Amino acid sequence: MNWYEVWTTLWPTLIAIGIILAVVPVVGLYATFVERKLAAAVQDRLGPNRVGPFGLFQAIADGIKIFLKEQVIPTHVHTFVYMLAPCISLMTAMFALCVLPYGPTPTNYEGGLRFVVMPGLDVSLLIMFAISSLSAYGIILGGWASNNKYSLYGAIRSCAQFISYEIPLGLSVIGVILVAGSMNIETIVASQASPDGISHWNLWWQPLALIIFFTSALAETNRLPFDLPECEQELVGGFHTEYGGIKFVLFFLAEYTHVVTVSFLTALLFFGGWHFPGVPSEVTSSFGLLALQMLVLLVKVCGVVCFIMLLRWALPRFRFDQLMGLAWKGLIPLAMLNLVFLAIVESNHWPRWPLAIVSVLLFVAGGYWSARQASLSSKKLKPVLI
Amino acid sequence: MSTEEKVSTTPGKTRKEKTVQWGAEPKIGFVEALYLPAIAGGIATALKHAFFKKRSTVQYPEQKPEMPPNYRGVHRLNRDEEGRVKCVACYMCQTACPANCIEIIAAPAPQDDPKWQNRDKYPATFTIDELRCIYCGMCEEACPVDAIELTSIYDLTGMSRQEMIFDKEKLLSVFDETTKGGLDPVRTNRGLLGPASEKSSESTDSPPPPGRGKHG
Repeated sequence: MNWYEVWTTLWPTLIAIGIILAVVPVVGLYATFVERKLAAAVQDRLGPNRVGPFGLFQAIADGIKIFLKEQVIPTHVHTFVYMLAPCISLMTAMFALCVLPYGPTPTNYEGGLRFVVMPGLDVSLLIMFAISSLSAYGIILGGWASNNKYSLYGAIRSCAQFISYEIPLGLSVIGVILVAGSMNIETIVASQASPDGISHWNLWWQPLALIIFFTSALAETNRLPFDLPECEQELVGGFHTEYGGIKFVLFFLAEYTHVVTVSFLTALLFFGGWHFPGVPSEVTSSFGLLALQMLVLLVKVCGVVCFIMLLRWALPRFRFDQLMGLAWKGLIPLAMLNLVFLAIVESNHWPRWPLAIVSVLLFVAGGYWSARQASLSSKKLKPVLI
Repeated sequence: MSTEEKVSTTPGKTRKEKTVQWGAEPKIGFVEALYLPAIAGGIATALKHAFFKKRSTVQYPEQKPEMPPNYRGVHRLNRDEEGRVKCVACYMCQTACPANCIEIIAAPAPQDDPKWQNRDKYPATFTIDELRCIYCGMCEEACPVDAIELTSIYDLTGMSRQEMIFDKEKLLSVFDETTKGGLDPVRTNRGLLGPASEKSSESTDSPPPPGRGKHG
């Protein structure tokens, strides 16, 4: 084996892995800072502003504090699985980043520096969903190993929510795959290129798929309004109960990594990735162009992340039966119907603009149907608190 | 609520059926079932607060908060126009105090001093343990001559327990500082001192009543 050949294919991978390993923990740490500042802005107060200029070093202070905390392992837990669970959570969250392009990547990659760890995979979207589904293991193992019935209860609820919302997540994305013709994320982004930069974004043709995908992704990451398994730990239990210090931070970091991954996916699949009016669509190796395209992508991702954080303070949370009802009775039928219409349009090679109208009509019909179901079931009397 | 015995106007109903009320759940309308208009409304409220409302944080210690009027902070002993202490050692505040933190030792006013001619008694010592005090304001309400008042000083600190037992001079100095600064004017300005401070016609050579608490 020619070591020189191995090295020429290995060094871009190593650099890309290095960038992810270096950036993701820092981004997770600063996401906590941004969350605190955003929460403060929404609640009419200043956030942390003492530790550095505008409080920017607060995240570093938090990181140092976490590393210096005492590690308490209760004696009643199953120690090996207890230590393994947060590692599994974080490992699957970061593994899913290996197929995610975090910068402009060409569809025909030859060599040299690139912004994705594994380029040119034809099923990269499928790999991403498959690996991030494994993060359910971290939750259920954490709840089980804690040897605490409330932890187990919260973990089971969280798992049920997770696997229920996997289905509409996949179904809504199939629409995007059909339009682009490939499961390769780079191909999907390239199919959203257009002369004016904005007219071929997937969100114009499939707004319903965007709504379903975003809602399911919020439920996957246990963010509000779907954080009943998490808020239990503010009240009683949840799978985080017996964890403290660095183990808890690994769970926390896994959650923020999932949030960032999902924001990247939303920006890449629905908002056109690095395409924008005024920015050239081809990915060449000119440094200025690459930087501009990466900036466009990062601005979109930050916008989605801030929107997710804003939703936390703008919405009340779902009750567990409402949450499961939304997934199984609301999102899955809507996603399947969306897929049926899209398949009809694509197989007959009709123009795509009616899809937007069909999406809106489906959404309105879904709302009407669920209101009708609710009014039919409310004719039964239920016991009320006096 | 409802009767406990089984015999009632509707024979055959169990107790559980009698105590449970049945009602219909409120209906969800079409617009609410869409969820998105409500979500948009929620996000609009959040963004309005984030961008257009002023922050209400007070950056302590660079900015100090304003205390409302009648805030109950550290005590002071008031002086009258001639600079004498207004307190006549009537023990109303010591009796009213729920925490037993005031100790007074009364003394007859010095008769040879022309300034003290129309006063009967005055406090020789007046001690308040600021750490025992619960800052309820009962002493201020009880005083008939408006001698003791609670100021708006909230940031009282000390390095030892002994330091926080304020004696008469310290309390009078609190008066001097707060009235000079103009922040806490004397609130209870009833003009002349009440009848408790007038010299009584009979002889007052009786010894002062025994004080309560461990110093008395």
